[in-house]
Amino acid sequence: MQRLWNDCAGGFHTASAPDYLPVDRLRELQLSRLRASVNRSYQRMSLFRQRMQDRGLMPEDLRSLEHLAQLPFTVKSDLRDSYPFGLFASPMEDVVRLHASSGTTGKPIVVAYTRQDLDVWTEAIVRCFAACGVHRGDVIQNAYGYGLFTGGLGVHYGAETLGATVIPISGGNTERQIMVMNDFGVTVICCTPSYFVHLLERARELGVNPRALRAGIFGAEPWSDAMRQRIQEDSGIRAFDIYGLTEIIGPGVGIECACQNGLHVLEDHFYPEIIDPQTCRVLEEGQEGELVLTTLSKEAMPMIRYRTRDITRMIAGPCPCGRTLRRIQRIGRRSDDMIIVRGVNVFPSQIEAALLGARGTLPHYQIVLTRHKGLDHLEVQVEVTPEVFSDKVGTLEALQRQLAESIEHTIGIHAAVRLVQLRTLQRSEGKAKRVLDQRTNV
Amino acid sequence: MKLHQLSLFLENRPGALKVPCRLLAGAGINILTLNLADTAEYGILRLIVKDWQRARQVLTDAGCVVNVAEVIAIDVPDRPGGLADVLDVLDSENLGIAYVYAFVHGRQDKHAAMIFRFDEPDRAVQVLASHHIHAVPSADLFAGLT
Repeated sequence: MQRLWNDCAGGFHTASAPDYLPVDRLRELQLSRLRASVNRSYQRMSLFRQRMQDRGLMPEDLRSLEHLAQLPFTVKSDLRDSYPFGLFASPMEDVVRLHASSGTTGKPIVVAYTRQDLDVWTEAIVRCFAACGVHRGDVIQNAYGYGLFTGGLGVHYGAETLGATVIPISGGNTERQIMVMNDFGVTVICCTPSYFVHLLERARELGVNPRALRAGIFGAEPWSDAMRQRIQEDSGIRAFDIYGLTEIIGPGVGIECACQNGLHVLEDHFYPEIIDPQTCRVLEEGQEGELVLTTLSKEAMPMIRYRTRDITRMIAGPCPCGRTLRRIQRIGRRSDDMIIVRGVNVFPSQIEAALLGARGTLPHYQIVLTRHKGLDHLEVQVEVTPEVFSDKVGTLEALQRQLAESIEHTIGIHAAVRLVQLRTLQRSEGKAKRVLDQRTNV
Repeated sequence: MKLHQLSLFLENRPGALKVPCRLLAGAGINILTLNLADTAEYGILRLIVKDWQRARQVLTDAGCVVNVAEVIAIDVPDRPGGLADVLDVLDSENLGIAYVYAFVHGRQDKHAAMIFRFDEPDRAVQVLASHHIHAVPSADLFAGLT
Protein backbone atom coordinates (compact mmCIF):
# COMPACT_ATOMS: atom_id res chain seq x y z
CA MET A 1 0.00 0.00 0.00
CA GLN A 2 1.20 3.45 -0.82
CA ARG A 3 1.49 5.67 2.18
CA LEU A 4 1.35 9.42 1.83
CA TRP A 5 3.30 11.75 4.01
CA ASN A 6 0.93 14.32 5.33
CA ASP A 7 3.41 15.33 7.95
CA CYS A 8 5.93 17.41 6.08
CA ALA A 9 8.47 17.12 8.89
CA GLY A 10 8.91 13.44 8.12
CA GLY A 11 9.86 10.97 10.78
CA PHE A 12 11.62 12.27 13.85
CA HIS A 13 14.48 10.37 15.39
CA THR A 14 16.49 11.52 18.40
CA ALA A 15 19.60 11.60 16.19
CA SER A 16 17.82 14.19 14.04
CA ALA A 17 18.05 16.92 16.71
CA PRO A 18 20.95 18.72 14.91
CA ASP A 19 18.67 19.08 11.87
CA TYR A 20 16.63 21.61 13.82
CA LEU A 21 19.32 23.66 15.62
CA PRO A 22 18.64 27.39 15.74
CA VAL A 23 20.72 28.98 12.98
CA ASP A 24 22.99 30.97 15.30
CA ARG A 25 23.71 27.85 17.36
CA LEU A 26 24.43 25.94 14.17
CA ARG A 27 26.89 28.59 12.96
CA GLU A 28 28.71 28.58 16.32
CA LEU A 29 28.99 24.82 16.19
CA GLN A 30 30.23 24.94 12.62
CA LEU A 31 32.89 27.51 13.40
CA SER A 32 34.28 25.62 16.37
CA ARG A 33 34.33 22.37 14.42
CA LEU A 34 35.82 24.06 11.38
CA ARG A 35 38.69 25.47 13.41
CA ALA A 36 39.43 22.05 14.85
CA SER A 37 39.29 20.47 11.41
CA VAL A 38 41.60 23.08 9.86
CA ASN A 39 43.99 22.72 12.79
CA ARG A 40 44.09 18.98 12.41
CA SER A 41 44.68 19.23 8.66
CA TYR A 42 47.44 21.78 9.17
CA GLN A 43 49.19 19.67 11.79
CA ARG A 44 48.87 16.34 10.01
CA MET A 45 48.59 16.88 6.25
CA SER A 46 51.73 18.24 4.67
CA LEU A 47 50.00 19.13 1.40
CA PHE A 48 47.49 21.36 3.19
CA ARG A 49 50.14 22.90 5.45
CA GLN A 50 52.30 23.73 2.44
CA ARG A 51 49.41 25.41 0.63
CA MET A 52 48.51 27.44 3.72
CA GLN A 53 52.10 28.56 4.10
CA ASP A 54 52.28 29.50 0.42
CA ARG A 55 49.39 31.88 1.08
CA GLY A 56 50.88 33.13 4.32
CA LEU A 57 47.94 31.73 6.28
CA MET A 58 47.83 30.16 9.72
CA PRO A 59 44.94 28.15 11.20
CA GLU A 60 44.46 30.95 13.75
CA ASP A 61 43.50 33.29 10.91
CA LEU A 62 40.20 31.52 10.69
CA ARG A 63 38.07 33.66 12.98
CA SER A 64 34.74 33.42 11.17
CA LEU A 65 33.04 31.10 8.74
CA GLU A 66 33.52 33.76 6.03
CA HIS A 67 37.29 33.43 6.37
CA LEU A 68 36.99 29.92 4.98
CA ALA A 69 36.83 31.53 1.52
CA GLN A 70 40.53 32.42 1.82
CA LEU A 71 41.66 28.87 2.36
CA PRO A 72 43.11 26.70 -0.41
CA PHE A 73 40.98 24.17 -2.27
CA THR A 74 41.43 20.43 -2.39
CA VAL A 75 40.78 18.75 -5.75
CA LYS A 76 40.34 15.22 -6.94
CA SER A 77 43.85 15.00 -8.39
CA ASP A 78 45.23 15.70 -4.89
CA LEU A 79 43.70 12.41 -3.83
CA ARG A 80 45.02 10.61 -6.87
CA ASP A 81 48.50 12.07 -6.53
CA SER A 82 48.69 10.98 -2.90
CA TYR A 83 47.58 7.42 -3.67
CA PRO A 84 47.12 5.38 -1.60
CA PHE A 85 47.51 6.85 1.91
CA GLY A 86 49.14 10.25 1.39
CA LEU A 87 46.28 12.38 2.74
CA PHE A 88 45.56 10.41 5.89
CA ALA A 89 45.53 12.55 9.03
CA SER A 90 45.38 9.59 11.42
CA PRO A 91 47.96 6.91 12.05
CA MET A 92 47.08 3.62 10.39
CA GLU A 93 46.35 1.95 13.72
CA ASP A 94 43.47 4.39 14.24
CA VAL A 95 42.03 3.69 10.78
CA VAL A 96 39.35 1.01 11.03
CA ARG A 97 38.01 1.05 7.46
CA LEU A 98 39.17 1.86 3.96
CA HIS A 99 36.99 2.49 0.93
CA ALA A 100 37.96 3.36 -2.61
CA SER A 101 36.17 4.91 -5.53
CA SER A 102 36.30 3.26 -8.89
CA GLY A 103 38.84 5.13 -10.93
CA THR A 104 37.63 5.39 -14.50
CA THR A 105 41.14 6.36 -15.50
CA GLY A 106 44.12 4.89 -13.70
CA LYS A 107 44.26 4.41 -9.94
CA PRO A 108 41.25 4.75 -7.66
CA ILE A 109 41.15 7.18 -4.78
CA VAL A 110 41.38 5.72 -1.29
CA VAL A 111 39.59 7.09 1.75
CA ALA A 112 39.99 6.23 5.43
CA TYR A 113 37.71 6.20 8.46
CA THR A 114 38.43 6.12 12.17
CA ARG A 115 35.91 4.61 14.56
CA GLN A 116 34.53 8.09 15.15
CA ASP A 117 34.31 8.77 11.40
CA LEU A 118 32.18 5.68 11.00
CA ASP A 119 29.97 6.88 13.85
CA VAL A 120 29.51 10.23 12.11
CA TRP A 121 28.65 8.46 8.89
CA THR A 122 26.14 6.22 10.62
CA GLU A 123 24.56 9.24 12.29
CA ALA A 124 24.35 10.98 8.91
CA ILE A 125 22.52 8.04 7.34
CA VAL A 126 20.15 7.77 10.31
CA ARG A 127 19.27 11.44 9.93
CA CYS A 128 18.91 11.16 6.16
CA PHE A 129 16.62 8.17 6.32
CA ALA A 130 14.56 9.67 9.13
CA ALA A 131 14.11 12.78 6.96
CA CYS A 132 12.57 10.55 4.27
CA GLY A 133 10.14 9.11 6.80
CA VAL A 134 11.96 5.79 7.19
CA HIS A 135 11.73 4.31 10.64
CA ARG A 136 12.02 1.26 12.87
CA GLY A 137 9.77 -1.41 11.38
CA ASP A 138 10.71 -0.60 7.80
CA VAL A 139 12.25 -3.36 5.72
CA ILE A 140 15.08 -1.88 3.67
CA GLN A 141 16.47 -3.57 0.60
CA ASN A 142 19.96 -2.18 0.21
CA ALA A 143 20.86 -2.75 -3.42
CA TYR A 144 23.89 -0.48 -3.40
CA GLY A 145 27.05 -2.44 -4.00
CA TYR A 146 28.77 -3.77 -0.90
CA GLY A 147 32.53 -3.60 -1.01
CA LEU A 148 35.00 -0.84 -1.74
CA PHE A 149 32.13 1.36 -2.98
CA THR A 150 30.82 3.46 -0.09
CA GLY A 151 27.13 3.00 -0.95
CA GLY A 152 26.53 -0.47 0.44
CA LEU A 153 28.19 -0.41 3.86
CA GLY A 154 27.48 3.28 4.40
CA VAL A 155 23.75 2.81 4.10
CA HIS A 156 23.87 -0.52 5.89
CA TYR A 157 25.05 0.60 9.32
CA GLY A 158 22.95 3.74 9.33
CA ALA A 159 19.80 1.85 8.45
CA GLU A 160 20.50 -0.75 11.13
CA THR A 161 21.13 1.93 13.72
CA LEU A 162 17.86 3.57 12.77
CA GLY A 163 16.24 0.30 13.80
CA ALA A 164 15.03 -0.79 10.40
CA THR A 165 15.42 -4.33 9.08
CA VAL A 166 18.22 -4.30 6.54
CA ILE A 167 18.54 -6.76 3.67
CA PRO A 168 22.16 -6.55 2.51
CA ILE A 169 21.43 -7.83 -0.98
CA SER A 170 24.01 -5.60 -2.70
CA GLY A 171 23.78 -4.88 -6.44
CA GLY A 172 22.98 -7.19 -9.32
CA ASN A 173 20.91 -10.34 -9.86
CA THR A 174 17.76 -8.49 -10.79
CA GLU A 175 15.35 -11.41 -10.53
CA ARG A 176 16.50 -12.27 -7.03
CA GLN A 177 16.09 -8.59 -6.11
CA ILE A 178 12.48 -8.72 -7.28
CA MET A 179 11.78 -11.97 -5.47
CA VAL A 180 13.19 -10.58 -2.23
CA MET A 181 11.35 -7.29 -2.64
CA ASN A 182 8.09 -9.14 -3.00
CA ASP A 183 8.53 -12.06 -0.58
CA PHE A 184 10.20 -10.13 2.26
CA GLY A 185 7.68 -7.28 2.23
CA VAL A 186 10.29 -4.65 1.43
CA THR A 187 9.06 -1.14 2.21
CA VAL A 188 12.11 0.91 1.23
CA ILE A 189 14.66 0.32 -1.50
CA CYS A 190 18.07 1.92 -1.91
CA CYS A 191 19.90 1.85 -5.26
CA THR A 192 20.70 4.08 -8.20
CA PRO A 193 17.61 5.56 -9.88
CA SER A 194 18.49 3.95 -13.21
CA TYR A 195 18.70 0.53 -11.60
CA PHE A 196 15.34 1.00 -9.95
CA VAL A 197 13.78 1.80 -13.32
CA HIS A 198 15.22 -1.47 -14.56
CA LEU A 199 13.89 -3.36 -11.52
CA LEU A 200 10.43 -1.91 -12.06
CA GLU A 201 10.41 -2.88 -15.69
CA ARG A 202 11.56 -6.42 -14.99
CA ALA A 203 9.08 -6.81 -12.11
CA ARG A 204 6.27 -5.82 -14.43
CA GLU A 205 7.37 -8.39 -17.00
CA LEU A 206 7.38 -11.03 -14.31
CA GLY A 207 3.95 -9.92 -13.18
CA VAL A 208 5.25 -9.00 -9.72
CA ASN A 209 3.88 -5.99 -7.89
CA PRO A 210 5.67 -5.48 -4.56
CA ARG A 211 2.79 -3.87 -2.71
CA ALA A 212 4.60 -3.10 0.52
CA LEU A 213 7.16 -0.87 -1.20
CA ARG A 214 6.48 2.76 -0.43
CA ALA A 215 9.76 4.67 -0.74
CA GLY A 216 13.04 4.62 -2.58
CA ILE A 217 16.20 6.40 -1.57
CA PHE A 218 18.12 6.92 -4.76
CA GLY A 219 21.56 8.34 -5.35
CA ALA A 220 25.09 7.81 -6.66
CA GLU A 221 24.26 9.31 -10.05
CA PRO A 222 22.69 12.56 -11.21
CA TRP A 223 19.03 12.25 -12.13
CA SER A 224 16.44 14.75 -13.18
CA ASP A 225 13.26 15.84 -11.47
CA ALA A 226 11.37 14.55 -14.49
CA MET A 227 12.83 11.11 -13.79
CA ARG A 228 11.58 11.36 -10.22
CA GLN A 229 8.08 12.22 -11.39
CA ARG A 230 8.14 9.29 -13.77
CA ILE A 231 9.33 6.84 -11.11
CA GLN A 232 6.71 8.06 -8.65
CA GLU A 233 3.91 7.86 -11.20
CA ASP A 234 4.94 4.46 -12.49
CA SER A 235 5.54 2.79 -9.15
CA GLY A 236 3.36 4.69 -6.71
CA ILE A 237 6.28 5.06 -4.29
CA ARG A 238 7.97 8.22 -3.10
CA ALA A 239 11.42 8.67 -4.62
CA PHE A 240 13.96 10.58 -2.52
CA ASP A 241 17.32 11.89 -3.62
CA ILE A 242 20.33 11.22 -1.39
CA TYR A 243 23.63 12.93 -2.03
CA GLY A 244 27.14 12.03 -1.10
CA LEU A 245 30.60 11.39 -2.40
CA THR A 246 33.42 9.10 -1.42
CA GLU A 247 35.90 11.94 -0.88
CA ILE A 248 33.68 13.52 1.78
CA ILE A 249 32.27 10.40 3.47
CA GLY A 250 30.01 8.52 1.03
CA PRO A 251 26.22 8.75 0.91
CA GLY A 252 24.71 10.90 3.63
CA VAL A 253 26.03 14.37 2.83
CA GLY A 254 22.62 15.67 1.80
CA ILE A 255 19.05 14.41 1.72
CA GLU A 256 15.61 15.39 0.55
CA CYS A 257 12.95 15.68 3.21
CA ALA A 258 9.26 14.96 2.67
CA CYS A 259 8.90 18.35 0.96
CA GLN A 260 11.09 17.12 -1.93
CA ASN A 261 12.27 20.61 -2.68
CA GLY A 262 16.05 20.52 -2.55
CA LEU A 263 18.44 18.50 -0.42
CA HIS A 264 19.29 19.48 3.13
CA VAL A 265 23.06 19.42 3.58
CA LEU A 266 24.07 17.91 6.92
CA GLU A 267 26.08 21.04 7.40
CA ASP A 268 26.99 20.47 11.02
CA HIS A 269 29.36 17.85 9.56
CA PHE A 270 29.79 18.96 5.94
CA TYR A 271 30.04 22.68 5.31
CA PRO A 272 28.85 23.81 1.86
CA GLU A 273 29.96 26.70 -0.32
CA ILE A 274 29.02 27.46 -3.91
CA ILE A 275 31.79 28.89 -6.08
CA ASP A 276 32.15 30.12 -9.60
CA PRO A 277 34.16 27.27 -11.15
CA GLN A 278 36.14 29.72 -13.32
CA THR A 279 37.02 32.52 -10.91
CA CYS A 280 36.77 30.29 -7.79
CA ARG A 281 35.00 33.12 -5.96
CA VAL A 282 32.26 32.24 -3.50
CA LEU A 283 28.86 33.04 -4.97
CA GLU A 284 25.88 34.54 -3.25
CA GLU A 285 23.00 32.42 -2.10
CA GLY A 286 20.83 31.33 -5.01
CA GLN A 287 23.49 31.60 -7.69
CA GLU A 288 24.40 28.44 -9.54
CA GLY A 289 27.95 27.17 -9.33
CA GLU A 290 30.17 24.35 -8.15
CA LEU A 291 29.55 22.84 -4.74
CA VAL A 292 32.56 22.94 -2.42
CA LEU A 293 32.45 20.91 0.79
CA THR A 294 34.53 21.05 3.96
CA THR A 295 34.33 18.24 6.48
CA LEU A 296 33.91 19.55 10.02
CA SER A 297 34.25 16.41 12.08
CA LYS A 298 36.23 13.87 10.10
CA GLU A 299 39.43 12.58 11.63
CA ALA A 300 41.16 10.16 9.29
CA MET A 301 40.80 12.25 6.18
CA PRO A 302 39.54 15.77 6.69
CA MET A 303 38.77 17.61 3.47
CA ILE A 304 39.12 21.36 3.43
CA ARG A 305 37.22 23.03 0.58
CA TYR A 306 36.91 19.98 -1.58
CA ARG A 307 35.76 20.83 -5.10
CA THR A 308 33.00 18.34 -5.86
CA ARG A 309 32.52 19.34 -9.56
CA ASP A 310 28.81 19.06 -8.90
CA ILE A 311 26.79 21.99 -10.18
CA THR A 312 23.99 23.28 -7.97
CA ARG A 313 22.79 26.31 -6.06
CA MET A 314 21.61 27.06 -2.54
CA ILE A 315 17.88 27.35 -2.10
CA ALA A 316 17.02 30.47 -0.12
CA GLY A 317 14.58 30.56 2.73
CA PRO A 318 13.48 28.10 5.38
CA CYS A 319 12.08 24.69 4.47
CA PRO A 320 8.52 23.95 5.60
CA CYS A 321 9.83 20.78 7.28
CA GLY A 322 11.45 22.92 9.96
CA ARG A 323 15.03 21.80 9.38
CA THR A 324 17.45 24.68 9.63
CA LEU A 325 20.02 22.90 7.47
CA ARG A 326 20.47 24.78 4.22
CA ARG A 327 19.28 23.16 1.03
CA ILE A 328 20.97 22.65 -2.30
CA GLN A 329 19.11 22.04 -5.51
CA ARG A 330 19.25 18.41 -6.64
CA ILE A 331 22.46 17.71 -8.55
CA GLY A 332 21.40 17.40 -12.16
CA ARG A 333 24.78 18.21 -13.53
CA ARG A 334 28.23 17.07 -12.71
CA SER A 335 31.00 18.81 -14.55
CA ASP A 336 32.66 15.39 -15.00
CA ASP A 337 29.63 14.24 -16.99
CA MET A 338 29.60 17.25 -19.24
CA ILE A 339 30.05 16.53 -22.91
CA ILE A 340 30.97 19.17 -25.41
CA VAL A 341 29.16 18.85 -28.72
CA ARG A 342 30.01 21.32 -31.45
CA GLY A 343 31.34 23.61 -28.75
CA VAL A 344 28.16 23.48 -26.67
CA ASN A 345 28.17 22.11 -23.14
CA VAL A 346 25.63 19.33 -22.78
CA PHE A 347 24.70 17.33 -19.69
CA PRO A 348 23.04 13.91 -20.01
CA SER A 349 20.46 14.96 -17.41
CA GLN A 350 19.23 17.72 -19.74
CA ILE A 351 18.56 15.17 -22.44
CA GLU A 352 16.88 12.92 -19.89
CA ALA A 353 14.53 15.70 -18.81
CA ALA A 354 13.69 16.51 -22.43
CA LEU A 355 12.87 12.87 -23.18
CA LEU A 356 10.75 12.43 -20.08
CA GLY A 357 8.82 15.56 -20.97
CA ALA A 358 7.32 13.53 -23.82
CA ARG A 359 4.63 11.15 -22.72
CA GLY A 360 5.05 7.43 -22.64
CA THR A 361 8.74 6.99 -23.29
CA LEU A 362 10.69 4.88 -20.88
CA PRO A 363 13.69 6.49 -19.29
CA HIS A 364 16.06 4.12 -21.06
CA TYR A 365 18.20 6.09 -23.40
CA GLN A 366 21.73 6.33 -24.64
CA ILE A 367 23.65 9.21 -26.07
CA VAL A 368 26.00 8.32 -28.90
CA LEU A 369 28.55 10.81 -30.12
CA THR A 370 30.27 10.38 -33.45
CA ARG A 371 32.21 12.64 -35.75
CA HIS A 372 31.62 12.92 -39.48
CA LYS A 373 34.04 15.03 -41.54
CA GLY A 374 35.10 16.96 -38.46
CA LEU A 375 31.55 17.68 -37.33
CA ASP A 376 30.13 16.26 -34.12
CA HIS A 377 26.98 14.23 -34.47
CA LEU A 378 24.72 13.69 -31.49
CA GLU A 379 22.39 10.74 -31.57
CA VAL A 380 19.95 9.88 -28.82
CA GLN A 381 18.71 6.32 -28.83
CA VAL A 382 15.33 5.74 -27.24
CA GLU A 383 13.57 2.46 -26.75
CA VAL A 384 10.11 2.04 -28.27
CA THR A 385 7.68 1.06 -25.54
CA PRO A 386 4.18 -0.41 -26.00
CA GLU A 387 2.79 2.99 -24.93
CA VAL A 388 4.31 4.88 -27.84
CA PHE A 389 4.42 2.20 -30.49
CA SER A 390 1.97 2.51 -33.37
CA ASP A 391 1.28 0.55 -36.54
CA LYS A 392 1.52 3.81 -38.47
CA VAL A 393 4.89 5.11 -39.65
CA GLY A 394 3.62 8.66 -39.43
CA THR A 395 2.93 8.35 -35.70
CA LEU A 396 6.44 7.09 -34.99
CA GLU A 397 7.97 9.78 -37.16
CA ALA A 398 5.97 12.37 -35.26
CA LEU A 399 7.31 10.94 -31.98
CA GLN A 400 10.88 11.19 -33.27
CA ARG A 401 10.30 14.76 -34.36
CA GLN A 402 8.73 15.67 -31.04
CA LEU A 403 11.64 14.19 -29.06
CA ALA A 404 14.23 15.82 -31.31
CA GLU A 405 12.54 19.19 -30.96
CA SER A 406 12.28 18.81 -27.21
CA ILE A 407 16.00 18.00 -26.97
CA GLU A 408 17.00 20.81 -29.28
CA HIS A 409 14.86 23.21 -27.30
CA THR A 410 16.64 22.15 -24.09
CA ILE A 411 20.27 21.97 -25.17
CA GLY A 412 20.26 24.30 -28.16
CA ILE A 413 21.73 21.94 -30.71
CA HIS A 414 20.21 19.39 -33.04
CA ALA A 415 20.11 15.75 -32.00
CA ALA A 416 19.08 12.83 -34.15
CA VAL A 417 16.63 10.58 -32.37
CA ARG A 418 16.86 6.90 -33.20
CA LEU A 419 14.12 4.55 -32.10
CA VAL A 420 15.43 1.17 -31.02
CA GLN A 421 13.78 -2.04 -29.91
CA LEU A 422 12.75 -2.47 -26.30
CA ARG A 423 15.46 -3.90 -24.03
CA THR A 424 18.26 -3.41 -26.51
CA LEU A 425 19.98 -0.63 -24.55
CA GLN A 426 22.27 -1.79 -21.81
CA ARG A 427 20.79 -1.89 -18.30
CA SER A 428 23.11 -0.85 -15.53
CA GLU A 429 23.08 -2.41 -12.08
CA GLY A 430 24.96 0.51 -10.64
CA LYS A 431 25.74 3.86 -12.14
CA ALA A 432 24.20 4.19 -15.58
CA LYS A 433 26.53 4.80 -18.51
CA ARG A 434 24.55 7.24 -20.58
CA VAL A 435 27.16 8.44 -23.02
CA LEU A 436 28.97 6.49 -25.70
CA ASP A 437 31.59 8.81 -27.13
CA GLN A 438 32.86 7.34 -30.38
CA ARG A 439 34.44 10.52 -31.66
CA THR A 440 37.93 10.09 -32.95
CA ASN A 441 40.20 12.89 -34.04
CA VAL A 442 40.91 11.60 -37.51
CA MET B 1 -16.37 -7.21 -39.81
CA LYS B 2 -13.17 -5.91 -38.26
CA LEU B 3 -10.01 -7.96 -37.95
CA HIS B 4 -7.30 -7.62 -35.37
CA GLN B 5 -3.93 -6.88 -36.86
CA LEU B 6 -0.72 -7.23 -34.86
CA SER B 7 2.15 -4.81 -35.47
CA LEU B 8 5.73 -5.15 -34.34
CA PHE B 9 8.59 -2.70 -34.18
CA LEU B 10 11.70 -4.03 -35.91
CA GLU B 11 15.07 -2.38 -36.06
CA ASN B 12 16.60 -2.33 -39.49
CA ARG B 13 19.25 -4.98 -39.09
CA PRO B 14 19.93 -8.43 -40.49
CA GLY B 15 17.76 -11.14 -39.01
CA ALA B 16 15.22 -8.79 -37.44
CA LEU B 17 12.28 -10.09 -39.49
CA LYS B 18 13.13 -13.69 -38.78
CA VAL B 19 12.75 -13.39 -35.01
CA PRO B 20 8.94 -12.95 -34.79
CA CYS B 21 8.41 -15.41 -37.66
CA ARG B 22 10.34 -18.09 -35.78
CA LEU B 23 8.42 -17.36 -32.59
CA LEU B 24 5.09 -17.82 -34.33
CA ALA B 25 6.35 -20.90 -36.13
CA GLY B 26 7.37 -22.39 -32.80
CA ALA B 27 3.85 -21.83 -31.49
CA GLY B 28 2.30 -23.38 -34.60
CA ILE B 29 0.69 -20.12 -35.68
CA ASN B 30 0.29 -19.53 -39.40
CA ILE B 31 0.74 -16.03 -40.80
CA LEU B 32 -2.16 -15.44 -43.18
CA THR B 33 -0.79 -12.24 -44.59
CA LEU B 34 1.71 -9.58 -43.69
CA ASN B 35 3.03 -6.23 -44.68
CA LEU B 36 6.31 -4.56 -43.83
CA ALA B 37 6.54 -0.78 -43.76
CA ASP B 38 10.14 0.30 -43.89
CA THR B 39 12.00 3.46 -43.06
CA ALA B 40 15.77 3.95 -43.10
CA GLU B 41 16.14 2.98 -39.46
CA TYR B 42 13.30 0.68 -38.59
CA GLY B 43 10.36 -1.24 -39.92
CA ILE B 44 6.82 -1.96 -38.81
CA LEU B 45 5.73 -5.52 -39.41
CA ARG B 46 1.97 -5.95 -39.66
CA LEU B 47 0.53 -9.42 -39.35
CA ILE B 48 -2.82 -11.09 -39.75
CA VAL B 49 -3.15 -14.39 -37.94
CA LYS B 50 -6.19 -16.38 -36.97
CA ASP B 51 -5.60 -16.60 -33.22
CA TRP B 52 -4.33 -13.06 -32.70
CA GLN B 53 -4.60 -13.18 -28.90
CA ARG B 54 -2.35 -16.20 -28.59
CA ALA B 55 0.05 -14.77 -31.16
CA ARG B 56 0.23 -11.53 -29.22
CA GLN B 57 0.96 -13.44 -26.04
CA VAL B 58 3.75 -15.45 -27.68
CA LEU B 59 5.37 -12.33 -29.08
CA THR B 60 4.95 -10.26 -25.94
CA ASP B 61 6.36 -13.02 -23.76
CA ALA B 62 9.43 -13.03 -25.97
CA GLY B 63 9.90 -9.32 -25.32
CA CYS B 64 8.41 -7.89 -28.54
CA VAL B 65 6.46 -4.66 -28.44
CA VAL B 66 3.11 -5.48 -30.06
CA ASN B 67 0.40 -3.11 -31.16
CA VAL B 68 -3.12 -4.28 -31.98
CA ALA B 69 -5.14 -2.35 -34.55
CA GLU B 70 -8.52 -2.98 -36.15
CA VAL B 71 -8.43 -3.43 -39.90
CA ILE B 72 -11.05 -4.43 -42.44
CA ALA B 73 -10.73 -7.01 -45.20
CA ILE B 74 -12.69 -5.80 -48.21
CA ASP B 75 -13.79 -7.91 -51.14
CA VAL B 76 -12.38 -6.28 -54.23
CA PRO B 77 -13.55 -7.53 -57.64
CA ASP B 78 -10.60 -9.18 -59.37
CA ARG B 79 -10.74 -7.18 -62.63
CA PRO B 80 -9.29 -3.94 -64.01
CA GLY B 81 -10.79 -1.04 -62.05
CA GLY B 82 -11.98 -3.23 -59.18
CA LEU B 83 -9.89 -1.45 -56.56
CA ALA B 84 -10.39 1.98 -58.16
CA ASP B 85 -14.17 1.60 -57.84
CA VAL B 86 -13.87 0.83 -54.14
CA LEU B 87 -11.54 3.77 -53.61
CA ASP B 88 -13.99 6.07 -55.41
CA VAL B 89 -16.61 5.21 -52.84
CA LEU B 90 -14.28 5.69 -49.88
CA ASP B 91 -13.09 8.98 -51.32
CA SER B 92 -16.64 10.22 -51.81
CA GLU B 93 -17.22 9.65 -48.10
CA ASN B 94 -13.93 11.32 -47.08
CA LEU B 95 -12.78 8.16 -45.41
CA GLY B 96 -9.05 8.36 -44.72
CA ILE B 97 -6.91 5.29 -45.42
CA ALA B 98 -3.71 4.85 -43.47
CA TYR B 99 -2.46 1.95 -45.58
CA VAL B 100 -3.60 -1.00 -47.68
CA TYR B 101 -2.16 -4.37 -48.47
CA ALA B 102 -3.33 -7.55 -50.10
CA PHE B 103 -4.55 -10.67 -48.43
CA VAL B 104 -2.31 -13.46 -49.64
CA HIS B 105 -4.65 -16.40 -49.36
CA GLY B 106 -6.34 -17.13 -52.70
CA ARG B 107 -10.11 -16.89 -53.12
CA GLN B 108 -12.18 -18.70 -55.66
CA ASP B 109 -14.97 -16.25 -56.46
CA LYS B 110 -13.16 -13.73 -58.70
CA HIS B 111 -12.56 -11.49 -55.72
CA ALA B 112 -9.38 -10.45 -53.96
CA ALA B 113 -9.38 -9.55 -50.28
CA MET B 114 -7.53 -6.36 -49.46
CA ILE B 115 -6.68 -5.31 -45.92
CA PHE B 116 -7.56 -1.67 -45.24
CA ARG B 117 -6.37 0.27 -42.23
CA PHE B 118 -8.74 3.21 -41.78
CA ASP B 119 -8.28 6.16 -39.50
CA GLU B 120 -11.90 5.67 -38.39
CA PRO B 121 -12.60 1.91 -38.51
CA ASP B 122 -16.12 2.17 -37.11
CA ARG B 123 -17.29 4.76 -39.62
CA ALA B 124 -15.63 2.72 -42.36
CA VAL B 125 -17.81 -0.27 -41.46
CA GLN B 126 -20.95 1.87 -41.83
CA VAL B 127 -19.82 3.43 -45.10
CA LEU B 128 -19.01 0.04 -46.60
CA ALA B 129 -22.38 -1.36 -45.56
CA SER B 130 -24.32 1.58 -46.94
CA HIS B 131 -22.56 1.25 -50.31
CA HIS B 132 -22.95 -2.54 -50.36
CA ILE B 133 -19.23 -3.13 -50.41
CA HIS B 134 -18.56 -6.51 -48.93
CA ALA B 135 -16.26 -6.66 -45.93
CA VAL B 136 -15.15 -10.23 -45.45
CA PRO B 137 -16.10 -11.64 -42.06
CA SER B 138 -13.18 -13.22 -40.26
CA ALA B 139 -15.02 -16.55 -40.17
CA ASP B 140 -14.94 -16.67 -43.99
CA LEU B 141 -11.40 -15.37 -44.15
CA PHE B 142 -10.04 -17.92 -41.73
CA ALA B 143 -12.23 -20.82 -42.85
CA GLY B 144 -10.13 -23.94 -43.03
CA LEU B 145 -6.99 -22.13 -41.89
CA THR B 146 -4.92 -22.58 -38.76
